Amino acid sequence: MAHIVTAFDEDLVQVQARISEMGGLCEELLSKSLECVQARDTDLARVVIERDRALDLMEVALEESVVKVIALRQPVAADLRVLIAAMKIASTLERIGDLSKNIAKRAIPLSAATHGRVTTSIVRMGRQTLVQLSDVLNAHAARDVDLAVQIWNQDYEIDEMYNAIFREVVTYMVEDSRLIGMGAQLMFIAKNLERIGDHTTHIAEMVYYIVRGKPIGEERPKGEPAGVDFIRA
Amino acid sequence: MSKALEIWLALAAGALMAAAVAVPLPPLLAFAIGAVLAFALARLPGRRRAVSFATPEPGAEPPGAAAVEAEARESREMSSAFAQDLVERLPTPLLIIAQGGRISFANSAARAALPRIRSGEHFAGVIRAPAFVEAVNATFADGGERTIEFTTLRDQERFFEARVARLPETGSFGPERQVIVRVDDRTQARRAEQQRSDFIANASHELRTPLAAIIGYVETLQHHARDDPGARERFLGIMAREAGRMRRLVDDLLSLSRIEMHEHLRPSEQWSLNQIAFESATALLPVAEQQGVHLRVEVPTGGAPVAGDRDQLAQVFANLVDNAMKYGGKDAVVRVFAAPPSKAFPNRVGISVSDTGPGIPREHVPRLTERFYRVNASQSRNKGGTGLGLAIVKHILNRHGGRLEIASAPGEGSVFTVWLRPAEAGPAGEAVATEERAPAEADQRIA
Repeated sequence: MAHIVTAFDEDLVQVQARISEMGGLCEELLSKSLECVQARDTDLARVVIERDRALDLMEVALEESVVKVIALRQPVAADLRVLIAAMKIASTLERIGDLSKNIAKRAIPLSAATHGRVTTSIVRMGRQTLVQLSDVLNAHAARDVDLAVQIWNQDYEIDEMYNAIFREVVTYMVEDSRLIGMGAQLMFIAKNLERIGDHTTHIAEMVYYIVRGKPIGEERPKGEPAGVDFIRA
Repeated sequence: MSKALEIWLALAAGALMAAAVAVPLPPLLAFAIGAVLAFALARLPGRRRAVSFATPEPGAEPPGAAAVEAEARESREMSSAFAQDLVERLPTPLLIIAQGGRISFANSAARAALPRIRSGEHFAGVIRAPAFVEAVNATFADGGERTIEFTTLRDQERFFEARVARLPETGSFGPERQVIVRVDDRTQARRAEQQRSDFIANASHELRTPLAAIIGYVETLQHHARDDPGARERFLGIMAREAGRMRRLVDDLLSLSRIEMHEHLRPSEQWSLNQIAFESATALLPVAEQQGVHLRVEVPTGGAPVAGDRDQLAQVFANLVDNAMKYGGKDAVVRVFAAPPSKAFPNRVGISVSDTGPGIPREHVPRLTERFYRVNASQSRNKGGTGLGLAIVKHILNRHGGRLEIASAPGEGSVFTVWLRPAEAGPAGEAVATEERAPAEADQRIA
């Protein structure tokens, strides 16, 4: 009997280790894609695009092993929650990887001509997003509910950064129509980062769910979308 | 196995292990560790047979002797305890990871460098950098040694270098195959490098403006304003103001670089946050009077203790109150008070600094803690700001694992709240926490 319990325990440890590893890869993809934007490095962008595949494979492998553990061990209560949350977190991380890959892709056309000031703002927003992702992965590894709730409530800061960049980019595009192509790319990069921020809050919700066994169950504070009233006709 | 051979074997194995562990250590030290091991192993009386760093070959053991087996187990336990003692005492952070990924041992230096580390947990929960994970897995697979670099982000970025090597299968750390990892924190060196370039960039850019003004006025005074006493007075006044700004800027840059240098080291001393806020804010009362600002310090005594650097936390409140007074303007009301518990920051201790100033438009709020970011550059310069006050606050809070919450809207003033994790209840923490004092809000209220 004791042996069965230990083997199951080992299964759970391995599933969570795979989540941490996927998380580590996500952090790397995001941080490298930001480097692409900052340093206009197209070679690195191709590396990031290639590397995202490993993340997809990890997700498939993780899903398979979770299904196997559920089928073989028929877990209940907290153990079941850990496994269900693992599946959801894995698919969220896979999406974060896709968004990072997309940022790297957009960095390639940007490398020809980049607007220094906007790039700085975007990289800054990206660093903040990366910190949030790291925090939520730490919260998951350490089962730190307080940290998870804090991250969940804090995401509006990234929304606000997105809105500030939105205004900035639109202003430049209004001033000089030659910047529209580049501005559109920058806008999508910022939007991707904002989406990654939202995904981290989903992971935070999962951490809460694993520990407390219920959803956070409140409305998450969100930044108001920026209006376009500031543009002079 | 002859005794002489065995001593040599132990010596070699010890040196090998020490070499795997401590590559940059001088060879003499590695040899010394080997010698200590050899000596200790050779001294185990009557247990020579079982003491070996190589795996006992199956079938090679003497058949059926239960007594020999028991003896062997006992001696394995002794040498295992010795190996653990040895690793524990080495000053380099060392991890031993078992096949499958669980941490079988982390020495005290490793526990200090990576506070979240727990024996029995999977290493990826502590270090998930892909380079690290891949190196450990590869070393398990092929036995090769690897040196890799990786970064982690926990409150702030840290740089590490790790060396991974497979251990000979002695069973000292468990029955499975094991790898040993040396983790070196390279953050300080990297930071120093980064800071030097930051400092030069900042200093050259920000110091040039006041310097150009001073040079301009000096030239004017040397030439056509030479005999104009009125102009001379006025120009000297401007020069003194610009020079003062340069001095503040240099002071702030220096304190920022000092803070950044140690940002990855969490302070451990415990203090009452309320007390620090109170002292730091009341020290500014004369300045408030001079500027015609109503400074109200409404912090109760006591409160949960936090782990922190007293001087740095005092600087946080000084900067926040100073800003509030500066941007609140004459007749503004600046309040310093204990923040009510917030859902967004569960189980955190908070102190707020509010002002009745003009407020900050929301597009500026996310960027306030950036270095040299100013909502209104000329206004900030006139008020003697360096553009570094909130950057300093942010870096200090990073070091403490805390956050700065900013709530502001045009026309509604601003509230800056510092959130810190209460100190974990240790002996010192209890002493502070149990120090019962009546909530003496009224005593400390100074209007």
